[in-house]
Amino acid sequence: MPLKRKIQELQKKREQVISGGGEKAIEKQMAMGKQTARERIVSLVDKNSFSEYDLFVEHEARDFNMDKKVLHGDGVIIGTGTIHNKPVAIFAQDFTVAGGSLGLMHSRKITKIMDYALKMRMPLIGINDSGGARIQEGVNSLAGYGEIFYRNTLSSGVIPQLSVILGPCAGGAVYSPALTDFVFVVDKISKMFITGPEVIKTVLGEEISMEDLGGARVHSEITGNAHFFAYSEKESIAQIKKLLSFIPWSNSVEQEVRKVKEPKRQFKIDQIVPDNPKIPYDVRNVIKSIVDDSDFFEVQERWASNMVIGFGRIGGKTAGFVCNQPLVLAGVLDVDSSDKAARFIRYCDAFNIPIVTFVDLPGYLPGVDQEHAGVIRHGAKILYAYSEATVPKITLILRKAYGGGYIAMSSKHLRADFVFAWPGAEIAVMGPEGAANIIFRREINEAADPEKMRKQKIKEYKAKFSNPYVAASKGYIDAVIEPKETRNLLLHALKVSEQKSIGGPKKKHGIPPF
Amino acid sequence: MEKQDPKQKLRYNSIYIDETKYKTLLTTKYKNRKIWQKPNDNLVTAYIPGLINKILVKEGQKVKKGEQILTFEAMKMNNRVYSNKNAKIKRLFVKIGDLFPRGTILAELEPID
Repeated sequence: MPLKRKIQELQKKREQVISGGGEKAIEKQMAMGKQTARERIVSLVDKNSFSEYDLFVEHEARDFNMDKKVLHGDGVIIGTGTIHNKPVAIFAQDFTVAGGSLGLMHSRKITKIMDYALKMRMPLIGINDSGGARIQEGVNSLAGYGEIFYRNTLSSGVIPQLSVILGPCAGGAVYSPALTDFVFVVDKISKMFITGPEVIKTVLGEEISMEDLGGARVHSEITGNAHFFAYSEKESIAQIKKLLSFIPWSNSVEQEVRKVKEPKRQFKIDQIVPDNPKIPYDVRNVIKSIVDDSDFFEVQERWASNMVIGFGRIGGKTAGFVCNQPLVLAGVLDVDSSDKAARFIRYCDAFNIPIVTFVDLPGYLPGVDQEHAGVIRHGAKILYAYSEATVPKITLILRKAYGGGYIAMSSKHLRADFVFAWPGAEIAVMGPEGAANIIFRREINEAADPEKMRKQKIKEYKAKFSNPYVAASKGYIDAVIEPKETRNLLLHALKVSEQKSIGGPKKKHGIPPF
Repeated sequence: MEKQDPKQKLRYNSIYIDETKYKTLLTTKYKNRKIWQKPNDNLVTAYIPGLINKILVKEGQKVKKGEQILTFEAMKMNNRVYSNKNAKIKRLFVKIGDLFPRGTILAELEPID
């Protein structure tokens, strides 16, 4: 056969596989508001930058008439491409081929690209759209999932791993995204659950829709499994690109320095935080008044929003922000917000991203539901994460820092490198009302006018302790600063701590309160 | 938390911490939290969803502590439920074949001294 014919043969073979599950299946996919796996990859990577591998892989299943079934690409596309002109590894499950179900060869394609990503130190992006395990392949599909989970864990903290849920992701399949760093979901398209509505109905008689059980909103607002919520696949892909513009490509590369743009003038740093500690404000405005171009990229915006986490640049370099949000639940620490912050701190630490913490909180949230949900165990995560992190840690106390919350929020005692406070900061064991009631209980109870005495004692306590100077006098705070000095000081602190190097006792690894 | 329209004035709730009242917004999860109640150990409550497949007692019958009341199937296992005290079966809320979610009250006991 002449070479020309052989080339034609190759082209024909390629075309066949690229047709995926055929026209009908593709039409069905589009009717659900979904793109095909190939379209998704094209819209994600730089133009013409995608190289596909394992196009001609075929399954080897023989039972249940599987030997007569041809599944193009075995239901998954793998390859490498570039985003922002830097390499990425991608797999995208093709729902049009056997519902994107995962069999042995399907999983081997995924693990192959995962191995490339780890070896070549590039981010891994997994696009999930699959009905789950390919039941006909039995225990082989379970083995496939296990191999994926193992590699997710192995790569964790070495390369960024992003999971994009663009369809169903059910049963064992959910644990790969859960092991990765960031999960992207799209309204009405993403569905994640361990047991689906049908099983729940037969076992429990409870009827619930897929959307209400494990839709994008559920995972963005209730469970905290998802990090980024979008209304369309297009928006989701834009979010992935934006995230990749902030994070380092691996744990062993130096951060890129971007061109510095000053924060926008509309965010007036000295006019955001009200003087009265009981009045709320949006801490994101403080962040925007400090970061380059006022560009703050929030992570898990809809879940545990009493804690704000996300990325922003200061002087062209990315920092991770961990901030109490007085606007929601007074900015308290609770089970979910501790969990959220702790994981983000560990992400930043693993990828050498300095951590900037803004503090304004009344303490931990009281309540039986919190105690019984394990606020001790979950609250400990944030202490562990901050103490363990060796990246530069810079803390700014904006207003309240009371009690256990003060310690937890990257205090000097957990080895923050620099702790600054604004003049309105109150660093105390608790709020003046509570403290006065305990310390002066006898005087108040025995007074002719207890209410008057209580007010007087609160006032006394406030005058003496509700300020940053007690903590500053002990060196727990490095400097009390004016709001307008903040950006320059943060820039300076980040610069001087760039070569930070500390060591602890030798150990295999610690035992964080997972 | 939903995105707020900046023009719209926010309606704050309040939350008490250490006797101080803070103005703030509440999350749906916080609003929906369950208020704790002391468990009543005279009620036999399902700790897992299941299907009743055997009932060994009748209403009014006396049972000894440790005596089996019923069996239900859950997660492909038969689970036996025993009385935690000497008691009279005051009421039975389920019959054979009933599917029930977690937290369902299956029976009520009346303690006998």
